Amino acid sequence: MSSAQIEIILVAVVVAASCSLIGTFLVLRKMALMSDAISHAVLLGIVVMFFFVRSTASVPMVLAATATGVLTVYLVELLVGTRLVKEDAAIGLVFPALFSIGVILISRHAANIHLDIDVVLLGELAFVPFDRLTIAGLDLGPKSLWLGLSVGIINLIFVLLFYKELKLATFDPSLAAALGFSPTLIHYALMTLVSVTAVSSFEVVGSVLVVGLMIAPPASAYLLTDRLPVMLGLGVLIAAGSAGLGYATAYLFDSSISGSMATVAGLILAVTVLVAPERGLISRWLRRRRQRIRFAAETLIVHLVNHADALEVAGKHPVGQLKKQLKWREPFTQEVLHFAGQQKWLVERNGRLHLTSAGSSVAARVTER
Amino acid sequence: MTDNGLALEIRDLTVAYQEKPVLWDIDLQVPKGVLMAIVGPNGAGKSTLIKAALGLVPAAAGQVLIHSRPYLQQRGLVGYVPQRGSVDWDFPTNALDVVLMGLYRQIGWIRRPRRREREMAMESLNTVGMADYADRQISQLSGGQQQRVFLARALVQDAQIYFMDEPFAGVDATTERAIIAVLRQLRDAGKTLIVVHHDLHTVSEYFDWLTLLNVRCIANGPIDDTFTSDNLRQTYGGRVAFITEDGELPDDRSRTDSKLIAA
Amino acid sequence: MLGNILYDLLFDYTLRTVALGTAALGLTSGILGSFAVLRKQSLLGDAIAHAALPGVALAFLLTGSRDPLLLVLGAALAGWLGALFVMGVTRQTRIKQDAALGVVLSVFFGFGMVLLTIIQRMPTASKAGLDRFLFGQAATLLARDVLTTAGLGSIAVTIVILLWKEFKLLSFDPAYTQSMGYPVQRLDVLLTTLTVIAIVVGLQTVGVVLMSAMLVAPAAAARQWTNRLEPMVLLSGTFGALVGVLGAITSAQVAQLPTGPTIVLYMSGVVLVSLMIAPERGVVAQLRRRRRQRVQFAAEVLTIHLLNHESGTNAEFETAIVHLQQHLQWDKEFAQRVTRWIVTNGLAERTDGHLRLTAYGRETARRAMTH
Repeated sequence: MSSAQIEIILVAVVVAASCSLIGTFLVLRKMALMSDAISHAVLLGIVVMFFFVRSTASVPMVLAATATGVLTVYLVELLVGTRLVKEDAAIGLVFPALFSIGVILISRHAANIHLDIDVVLLGELAFVPFDRLTIAGLDLGPKSLWLGLSVGIINLIFVLLFYKELKLATFDPSLAAALGFSPTLIHYALMTLVSVTAVSSFEVVGSVLVVGLMIAPPASAYLLTDRLPVMLGLGVLIAAGSAGLGYATAYLFDSSISGSMATVAGLILAVTVLVAPERGLISRWLRRRRQRIRFAAETLIVHLVNHADALEVAGKHPVGQLKKQLKWREPFTQEVLHFAGQQKWLVERNGRLHLTSAGSSVAARVTER
Repeated sequence: MTDNGLALEIRDLTVAYQEKPVLWDIDLQVPKGVLMAIVGPNGAGKSTLIKAALGLVPAAAGQVLIHSRPYLQQRGLVGYVPQRGSVDWDFPTNALDVVLMGLYRQIGWIRRPRRREREMAMESLNTVGMADYADRQISQLSGGQQQRVFLARALVQDAQIYFMDEPFAGVDATTERAIIAVLRQLRDAGKTLIVVHHDLHTVSEYFDWLTLLNVRCIANGPIDDTFTSDNLRQTYGGRVAFITEDGELPDDRSRTDSKLIAA
Repeated sequence: MLGNILYDLLFDYTLRTVALGTAALGLTSGILGSFAVLRKQSLLGDAIAHAALPGVALAFLLTGSRDPLLLVLGAALAGWLGALFVMGVTRQTRIKQDAALGVVLSVFFGFGMVLLTIIQRMPTASKAGLDRFLFGQAATLLARDVLTTAGLGSIAVTIVILLWKEFKLLSFDPAYTQSMGYPVQRLDVLLTTLTVIAIVVGLQTVGVVLMSAMLVAPAAAARQWTNRLEPMVLLSGTFGALVGVLGAITSAQVAQLPTGPTIVLYMSGVVLVSLMIAPERGVVAQLRRRRRQRVQFAAEVLTIHLLNHESGTNAEFETAIVHLQQHLQWDKEFAQRVTRWIVTNGLAERTDGHLRLTAYGRETARRAMTH
């Protein structure tokens, strides 16, 4: 592996991890699409600033673009505040407008702005090693690595410092407000960081794929754990993994690096959706099947108890009538009866079901809850 | 299947959300021509019972018969008044238009409402005292007026059995009076009304049939037999005491001026 | 200048093609967009548009053909798959809709970019084709593109017209719709499919990145002007078509102006104007109404004040117009406005610097007090 390749992978991993860290809160706060809006809108800030500073990875650029991101959030809230449009429509109105201005500026002043439109959407990881940070003639590595690292560290510090507040504002905003943490302040702080992160990742992965890195890894982590610290950590790991694997795939097929990173992140999510323990589709399907039968057996027993007085002898019930009353299919009824028999809740004698004492206590417990 | 004279019969109905039972083995028999309240604490499954009866949520077990036949064959007999909060009232439409929606099935696919349907909808609006607001955009109506529009939409369906989800929630006194008058008219015309209700004060004044619900069906029958302190205690658990003005548990006569006290 | 454009519009083949194509596209997306916005699915359009990209690329990779119908079909399939994925994941897992939309839009798009970079390296493809699907290039529209757009668009619009009242009912109150026995899920999928069609026919002109704005913006603008669904949808379609044509012509006339962003900017202008000046709902109308209500309320307060003091010992002082500002803590301009209102509405008369209630004013004040 050449040093350029290592640098590219490093940048990709750092950017992805930083995106996932902040994206976790977007996912939990159901504001995932604000990342879409912000990452598109920051283009305008970048382009406008480009007229002045002529380089992308610079402090004024980051500041200007961040301001545009926050402006987007503010404009969306302003629109929602008029109560003339709903929030989803407001997002869908604001960012295309800002983004369009950015794209038109780039197209019209192509000679002055060395920003390719493809780069806007995709970023260009492959160019990362060419733009280097040199101080006093000393080569310190690619600029974007330093930018990504600084933003990642800022994100980390923010999450560590305000962990309690973030958690509270995310899971119980009204309690947070009652305790004196302004949800608005936390909201804007978070959105500012989303903007900073989007800007720093922009040149590397582009505006659309930033969304994927912010949302897909935390979404996967969300399916794997219930604990916020674990979710944050897992998200970062999955993001870093997507970056590494994505680069490998891109190398293999000689295709877009950032596109491959997003694709891998998506594939990881797809696999997680299927096989996650507990929350995955497969394990949920298995569990539901098991529970359905247990649940049906409980229903059956409650039914037997409820209808005891209507029958000649308490705790007895003709099997045939059961099917008619509960509207179950034959094989399902058999499975349920088998299960109830196994649990020794019921015994069947002469085509009649007798509730055992274990069965009676289950019925009592079930109706209690 | 023969007609057994019941408007609604629910047999062994169990409904579960994500394996957590919301309704347990409900048996219910409601004769035709009654005005019935479904009463129970929050989370008792009142709305779910209605939704399950209408096939809006799937049942884990059991069946629902409307006029002695499965619900799917009897949709034409059923009118539904959903909770007012379930729709976006900023939708660009007016009161008359909402009421017309009740006739869409009758009008049939592709065809448009004509004058006859418009007149029917107007008449229905008139019944609930909303004829003057026919052209109003629905967001400009008060909560009570919106509720009456929903009621008019169900009325115009000319159903035999009506299911209403909290029609008295958050409405003004005028609307409450108007609604109950309409409900009584319908009952007197032989229709059956099944109403989710949350105000214990008015139960015995408004209704003649009662189902007490708390996940299981606690009681079901004529109001005089079912609206007893014993049943209420069973429904609400120990959390609620139901006492009269002079501090005693209600017997059958003093119910109407009793007070609900949460303990 | 304007004459030239009109002339070109009628007689210039390219421009006429472009205008027809964008008009058809704007009409379709304006109509379907109304339903998307009312169903709070504005951003589903964004996800679908992005998700369509790999479909375009795959259709081209597999067949090697640039037949617009084929590419649109590929786009529709991929977009539809993306929409289905969003619905499925939202229903089956704890991932919420916003995250599902975000994932679909960026992952599908990323995969599309992977495919496009592979296509780019093939000798048959040129880079121009790529940019066209990202930001749209109306100038490259050909007659057969227009035919595809118009054909698919009219199918979608026809279905909307036929199922008008069912779609309206579904958009307003899905639970009630289901209680009436309508096949709600099938109607839902059908309406989403029509939305997918509206989106994919516009990809070539507007581009995947901004296509969602073609759905949202015309509808959001149209909603402000009317309180009925029928005029809203008509207006939305009209906005879409007009602005589409305007944007496409501008971009075809001016060099280095991608069509998508141009249309979106025009459209955003229409939205902004609508939000501001629409009668009744618009911001200006709202402000004016609020101001009027404030004056009305103040006038009521003033009549009560006058009633209370007209027979008192210092009536002369309390009813003097110059002193009103001081008593009621109003600024000068507001006090003047209230005074003017009260006089023109016959509640009081102005006589030598004093306000005196009329009989009607007295009655109004008493009524206001008993409230």
